[in-house]
Order: sequence, then C-alpha cells, then structure tokens
Amino acid sequence: MLHIVNKSPFDTGSLASVLRVAKKDGGAVLLIEDGVYAAVKNSATEASLKAAGMPVYVLQPDADARGLQSRLMEGVNMVDYGGFVDLVAGHDNVQSWL
Amino acid sequence: MKFAIMVSEGPYTHQATDSAYQFAKAAIAKGHEITRVFFYHDGVNNGTRLTVPPQDDRHVVNRWSEIATQNNIDLVICIAAAQRRGLLDENEAKRQGKDANNIAPGFRISGLGQLVEAGIQSDRLVVFGD
Repeated sequence: MLHIVNKSPFDTGSLASVLRVAKKDGGAVLLIEDGVYAAVKNSATEASLKAAGMPVYVLQPDADARGLQSRLMEGVNMVDYGGFVDLVAGHDNVQSWL
Repeated sequence: MKFAIMVSEGPYTHQATDSAYQFAKAAIAKGHEITRVFFYHDGVNNGTRLTVPPQDDRHVVNRWSEIATQNNIDLVICIAAAQRRGLLDENEAKRQGKDANNIAPGFRISGLGQLVEAGIQSDRLVVFGD
C-alpha cells in the first residue's frame, strides 16, 4: 500500500500513525505538501523515517516550494508528479492520511 | 490505468486541489485515464464559474473545466455539500426556487454514489484533502 502523508509531523500525528500501523509488506510512504517537512535532515522525525523499514518518497516540487532542496535527509527518494503517478500505479492500494 | 480522484478542499485555501490537478495532468501525460473527479465537502467550491482570481494567479476553476473538456473527465460535485455552500446548476436552482445558478462548464451535480462507483470502476482512487 502507498501511504500518502500531506501534513507536517509537527502539526498532526498522521506520519506517526503510518509508521506505527503500516505493515512492512512492500508498502511505501510518499510525503507531499507540508508532509515533506518530515524528511528535513537533522529534524526530530529523521530517525523515525530511517527506522520505518519501508521506502520513503518525497514530492520534489513541494520540497522545492518550501526551499528544502538541499536540506533533506539521505535515503529518501525524490519524485516529481510523474513519479507520484508511477507510485500510485505501482501499488495495489493508496491511502491518503488526511 | 484508470484513476479516480476525490478533492475535499476548496480553491485558494489549501494545496489539495492544486496537488490533485498536477497529479491528473501528470497521469494523463503518462497515458493513464482520469475517469472522474469527485468534489466533496469544501471541494465543491472548485466548481463555481463566478470565480475571478487576479490575472497573475492561476484560475483553479477554469483549469479543471479545461482539463476535463480536453480529456473527457467527469467532474462531479456532491449535491448535499453543494446545497449547503450555494453551488447550483440550472435544475437545482429551479427546484430550490433560487434566482441564479453558478456551476462551471464541465461540472455536474450528483450524489455520493458517484464516488462509490468511481472507486469500483477505477483501478485507483486517490484522495486529496486537508
């Protein structure tokens, strides 16, 4: 399952919920909109993302819009909207954690 | 692949409808089909043709109308959410005794069943909201 998180981890607990309940069965996390703040290097959420045990993707246009291009942690995968589409197509289910 | 989209936030208040539009555009560019966009809750405000943003800003409503016309996308506005927020087509305006309607080209008003149907008939349903 592709889990889409669009909120900053400092606003809501949706990313924490994803990391808690998402089964490690080939699922992935996609951070969009303010969700991209979770992937900022040296942030309080970096360690939990690294320990997630599933691939983490960041929507590049949203990271760029927030000036985070060079401030993201290592180990996350950058995608554009085309990559977003590929991720949705490549997973059987998609869950937006609103 | 067939994609359906749900948008639950209005234009110019939240990024959701912009994200949904960019996603739809990218999906079409990759040869996928967007079967339907269902506008729910405040998302119904994406469908008023009376919207007049400043000229240097994107026109969220017209953008949806254009992509829908060009790619045969069914834009559906939730009727209960629309009535609460003053979104009317010609029939609804008549039925409710109102003196005007404001639905934008390419949009139509229908019920929640259209969201369920979109979920069943599409390969993926992607939700954009707050």
